[in-house]
Amino acid sequence: MTDLDRIRPAIAGLAVETLASRDGIAVLETTPAQLHELVARLRDACGFELCTFVTAVDRFPADPRFEVLWQLQSIAHGDRVRVRARVGGERPSVPTIVDLYPGAAFSERECFDMFGVVFEGHAGLKRLLMPEGYEHFPLRKDFPHQGIEPDRLYREWDRRRHEKAAP
Amino acid sequence: MTTTQTFEYAPGVVDEDDPLHGELMKLNMGPQHPATHGVLRLIVTVDGETMRELEPVVGYLHRGKEKTCETLGWRKFFVHTDRLDYVQPLMNNIGYAIALEKLAGLKVPERGQDIRVLLMELSRIAAHLIYLGTTGIDLGAVTMFFFTFNEREKLYDVLDAYTGHRMNNTYVRIGGVYADVDENVQQGIERFLDEFPAKVDEFESMLTGNRIWFDRNRNVGVLSREQALAWSLTGPNLRGSGVDHDLRKDEPYCGYDGYDFEVPVGTIGDCYDRYLVRIEEMRQSTRICKQALARLQDTRGGEFLAQDRRYVLPPKSEVRSSMEELIHQFKIVTDMELPAGEAYGAIESSKGELGFYVVSDGTSHPVRCHIRAPGLMNVQAIPLLARGRLISDIVAIIGSLDFVMGEVDR
Repeated sequence: MTDLDRIRPAIAGLAVETLASRDGIAVLETTPAQLHELVARLRDACGFELCTFVTAVDRFPADPRFEVLWQLQSIAHGDRVRVRARVGGERPSVPTIVDLYPGAAFSERECFDMFGVVFEGHAGLKRLLMPEGYEHFPLRKDFPHQGIEPDRLYREWDRRRHEKAAP
Repeated sequence: MTTTQTFEYAPGVVDEDDPLHGELMKLNMGPQHPATHGVLRLIVTVDGETMRELEPVVGYLHRGKEKTCETLGWRKFFVHTDRLDYVQPLMNNIGYAIALEKLAGLKVPERGQDIRVLLMELSRIAAHLIYLGTTGIDLGAVTMFFFTFNEREKLYDVLDAYTGHRMNNTYVRIGGVYADVDENVQQGIERFLDEFPAKVDEFESMLTGNRIWFDRNRNVGVLSREQALAWSLTGPNLRGSGVDHDLRKDEPYCGYDGYDFEVPVGTIGDCYDRYLVRIEEMRQSTRICKQALARLQDTRGGEFLAQDRRYVLPPKSEVRSSMEELIHQFKIVTDMELPAGEAYGAIESSKGELGFYVVSDGTSHPVRCHIRAPGLMNVQAIPLLARGRLISDIVAIIGSLDFVMGEVDR
């Protein structure tokens, strides 16, 4: 359960819409431009000291297509909050929060890997689970479940192997 | 308003007289290395024997579980949750079930909750035994591996008698568990629990005061309270650093608030503290199991599965005698629908906070099922603990962080 009375004064002045969800965790909907400021205030003024996860939901064919989610937790107050921002376009991008929560680095990399959402300012943003050089984003709704073989990568690896084998 | 946090890493132990000092070398460890507990690859940059930089590479066991969930639907994904952290399959089942129950607004009967608590604590013991055995063998205590696997075998025999499988049980359903705990199983578990505390003392007598174990673990991989929080660590790793946080106490689920147990907390957050926390957790788990068994004795014959037929299969006797119930069973198995919305269900697994974030649009197939794997965060912390340490410490650090690659890569 989120204690909204504690949060409201801290986020005053930001364009935030507060929504309820089925599990009792409040959802703060904001814009990508104000996201970093909102998360910083939640951390510094509301005591949300732990970033549980960063992920996205693909709402294809809606526009904007992606909902990017950050879930924060306060151990001292014993509550959680979910921050949400919608992004779309050819190159969906949101600001990184790694400077606030270093532990969000792998979550952001995973989200980039799976959805192609770019986290601006994240040094070393690269694929986490899929091989480096893979061209698709598996958790997007237009990616087939049976998967797409990384043919270009295989050809590249073959070429390198042959080059090595040749004297 | 924004401030950037910076962190000091453990000071290096550089041997200035080392002829190799100053010459950086890249060393590859894994993905097929016995001490990496699965298929983890580490790219270590060493200066002599000191680790300067370290990069974990994960993904070698990636099976696309989250995508699979979107394709299979809510119900059929249960069997896949077993394969996440495969040393504690029942725990994963329960975590997933709790997320779905939050979405459905379903209440589990008391007896079902007590059975779940019993299964979770037995799983925690099994997972901590694996931790103790593998970390022991990595640091030279080969005996530990055999001793802990002996105990784990007994535990698996008990689970085998109850669920019909040693591993990958898939015995949890939305709304409760598949079958009741009968008298025989209960006696088996009681026998195990009676003998187990003495075994924990035996493990401790071999390790806790052992000079080699102490020297290899004490002051190695020190993680401060602030670092542990900032790096999203949970579970024994967070508690080892002195943060008194346990979801069983702080956000009780399955009726944990009615159980009497303590949460062990470390002091300085090194590998030795994390080891002590896990040892004590095994004792506390035994206590909880005993209480759960006593409760099961009181509620014998009670409901262990919710009676909401929108989500729960009809009993076999009805399915065999009624066409409507047969169709009903078929419909639930193929396309059980959950109400539209989103929910996050989390449990305190043996590795930390295991969470499932599920989004439904009201159909039988999820829009999204994100698995918050505690193991991924534990892997992320390896460079933090290893920088500046000797290369032989990496084995102790990996062991003490305790992750299973099935869960990290999903």
